[in-house]
Parts: sequence; C-alpha cells; structure tokens
Amino acid sequence: MLVPDHFVPNKDIPSAEQAKEMREFARKHGITYFEVGQMGIEHVLLPELGLVLPGDVIIGADSHTCTYGAVGAFATGMGSTDIASAMATGEIWMKVPPTIKFLFHGKLRKWVGGKDLILHIIGDIGVDGALYSSMEFGGEAIETLPMDGRFTMANMAIEAGAKAGIFEVDEKTLEYVEPRAKRPYHAQKADGQATYSRVIEYDLSFIEPQVAFPHLPSNTRAVSKAGKINIDQVVIGSCTNGRLDDLRLAAGILKGRQVNPGTRLIVIPGTQQVYLSAMHEGLIEIFIRSGAAVSTPTCGPCLGGHMGVLAAGEKCLSTTNRNFVGRMGSPKSEVYLSNPAVAAASAVAGRIISPEELV
Amino acid sequence: MKLQGRVFKFGANVDTDVIIPARYLNVSDPSELAKHVMEDADSSFVSKMKPGDIIMATTNFGCGSSREHAPLAIKAAGISCVVAKSFARIFLRNSINIGLPVLECEEAVDRTNPGDMLEIELEKGTIKNLSSGETFRAKAYPDFMLQLISAGGLIEYTKNKLKSAGKT
Repeated sequence: MLVPDHFVPNKDIPSAEQAKEMREFARKHGITYFEVGQMGIEHVLLPELGLVLPGDVIIGADSHTCTYGAVGAFATGMGSTDIASAMATGEIWMKVPPTIKFLFHGKLRKWVGGKDLILHIIGDIGVDGALYSSMEFGGEAIETLPMDGRFTMANMAIEAGAKAGIFEVDEKTLEYVEPRAKRPYHAQKADGQATYSRVIEYDLSFIEPQVAFPHLPSNTRAVSKAGKINIDQVVIGSCTNGRLDDLRLAAGILKGRQVNPGTRLIVIPGTQQVYLSAMHEGLIEIFIRSGAAVSTPTCGPCLGGHMGVLAAGEKCLSTTNRNFVGRMGSPKSEVYLSNPAVAAASAVAGRIISPEELV
Repeated sequence: MKLQGRVFKFGANVDTDVIIPARYLNVSDPSELAKHVMEDADSSFVSKMKPGDIIMATTNFGCGSSREHAPLAIKAAGISCVVAKSFARIFLRNSINIGLPVLECEEAVDRTNPGDMLEIELEKGTIKNLSSGETFRAKAYPDFMLQLISAGGLIEYTKNKLKSAGKT
C-alpha cells in the first residue's frame, strides 16, 4: 500500500508531481493509495486500520516502519529500491539480528511516558547503541504502558540504530488489535531459550521527563536540568507523538491557558480518525482557544518539509523523533525533543519547562 | 576496479539530513541532488570536491532516514567510495542497492588524514594510503552481497533473477 504523508497536501509543484506519479502508479497496478482526506501519517494510520498485526514481517520505505513492533510485528525500514524489488519478487534478504532486551522496573513518575523511556535509552546507549540489533522492551512497567506509549517507543528504535523495536503481545495489544484485524494473525513471543546480546535494566523511580538537546536524540537531559531555553516554536504531532493519548495529554495542560506570545504552537493529529476523536472530545477547541494552529495530518514540519519550517537562529521544541542539524529547516536552527506534556507546558511558558512548574 | 581520490574526512553520526536535507527531497533527479550533497555538514563541500574523491567518516555514517537520495546524491556528485568505521543499517543497504561503493575499515579511518590520496581495490577490499604508503584491509562482504555489487546493484540483480525465473 502507498501512503503519501511527507509533502501532502502538496507543498509545491515538484511535490505535486511526485504525488501524481505515485497515484497513477497505484491506480495502474491496483495498489491501495490513501488520498488526502483518507491519509494520515503512515505509522499512525496502518496500525489504526488494523493493517499491521502481531507476528507480521513488515518492510516499509520509511525508517520509522519499526513503529509496528508495538503490536508485536517484526517491522523494519528500508530504501525504495529494496521495497520495489520485494514488490516485484515477493522476497527480501535480511540477516537475523542479535537482540538487546530492555527491562523497566518500578512505576512511571508523573508526566513520564513512552517518549521519556525511549529517549532515556537512547541517551544511555547512544544513537548507534543498538546498531543492526533488535530491541525488545519488557518489565512490569511496560505492562502498564498504554499502546500509544508503546508505539512511541518502538517508533524511535531506529534512533538507536536498531533494525526493530519489539513488544511482547499482551492483553493491551489484543484489546487494540482485535477490533481492528480483518485477517487471522499469530502472535510470536520469545521462548525460554531466547538469547540476548545484552540485557539492560532501568529503575523508573530515577527517570523524569527527558529533553533531547541539539543535535542528536542521544543528547538527553532530565527536564529539570534543561536550564533557561526560550523557544520560538512548539510542534505536537508526528509518527512519534501524534496519537490521541498524546493530544489528550497536551490539551489537559493547555485547557484554560494561553500559548506564550513569543512562541507559536502547531498541533498535528496523526490521522483523520485521531482528528475526529480529538474534535469529539473537545481537544481541538482547547488547542485553538489556547492560540495553537491545528493542521491536517502530515509529516510536514518534522523533516523540515512544510507546515512549520524554522528560520536561522530559531529554536523549536518538538514531540518528533530527530533533532539533527537542519532537520526542521535552516541549518542554523535548533530542535529539542520531548514528550507532549513538556511540549504543551513549554508552549505556555515560552521556554522549556516541566509541566510541574505550571500546576 | 581501482578507485583513486583525495580524502574528505567527517566525524561520527553523519546523518542523512546533512547528507541531503529534506528541503531538496521534492525531486529525485540524482544530478539535482548532487548539487546539495553534504551541504549542512560543510556548505563548501560540493565546490571543493572532485569526481573520484573519497568520503571518510568515523562511526554510524548515514544514520537517520531511509531516504535513498542520500547515497544517490553522494554517487551522482562523483564520490568514488565512502570509507567509515561503521555504517547505519539502512544507508549500507541503500548504498549497495544503488551501486555506491562503501567500505568498513577502522584502521584506515584512524590512520588517514584529510587530503591524503587513497587507492582502493574493491574486489580485494584493500585501501592504500598513497600519502603514507600504508595499506589496510576492509571488512569483507558476504557472498550474496558481492553478487549484488557485481550485478551493478539491486535493480539489475532483480531483473536477472526475474529473467532466469522466466517472469519477464
């Protein structure tokens, strides 16, 4: 299936030509194409529609394809030539990766979610700490983590260099998958003989909300140690944090508050369904009343495409996944990464703060 | 095949956004992409490099996005080979698939200075530093990857495969 999500609704003429070519190719070969109005950010959309299921082996022409590890699929990103060859032959070559197991013990602290756990891991092991490996997440704290938080964690496995980031299928997974699945699936789980190249354990009582400083996702600090960083723009959305739980968290903070006059806030629901649900729950009204701009689903600003490109010297706090040089616009801009609660609170304060400071 | 060129050296975690920023991804013409290769890491790179030159970097070269535009831009600019201590997974696959030579060799990276002349023999996996006289051996490719490389990349390899299966 084909999902145009990076530069649509078409941002310029060359992008319009690309979308046109893709649409015509899809029609010619009878491939599902998600048109504007049906589309969303692919990695939010496909799980939502039940198109990726436990036990599946999935390849996609986007590095964040690893997101589907949250439903217990083996999913990995590749380039377009690999995908084209697999479409033509039905085959692909892969090496079985070694697995690193990450165990979380204890209880999540207030304002800490999946984003903070994965940023903490990347800060710990580095952006190539899991190079060529598969990451497996577990421990009693993970059992309590909602699906949306698991998607966030699996999504950023690539930011540690990993091939996949996998959660074991449990009741929460089945509750999510069952009403959506339109075909049979077979959940796989690691057996007692499974071997791990490393097992890394974390005590959650020490983990507070994390902020990744420019210009690497591994450059993390606890939000309490961020210092005074004024921000020009805040983005809440993306394949990492554009799901309903993320918007609820942000709206909870923004309700009855105003975005700082020195800061602009852009909120992007991941799919049309997330948008609709957020509307029904009154979240969209909260965003607009707080002074935020709300956009149709798009990857847009995350990769400096459109809908929030940064000027030289600007600083952005974003719930996205990468803060490389020039990622969101000018090579002289700076991107900080956080969870949606920290992002919303910071939009109100005009500088990076913990939500605790607002309460 | 013997490759010869001057070395441009970079550090760790050179990501695909600095290799080819997303603001140029609304086209996929390699010669257009080549005009902006490495722009956000070194804005004068394109004007300084000559066809045949070699990019050298430390660890995790090509991390980040799966954009094939990254190795395509490097290849179209005329870079003959990328030598690094390690490559990000998707970048490595993409490079081999589109026919950009990439070699892993820690020692060569440690013992080469910017501007040194290298001579690389891809089949043997040898990297000779003509400036210092030292020779290094890169990590060998598995057999099936060598087949891909000798076919000229994944598209040709897949075409041959479909042809021999009588599907075209």
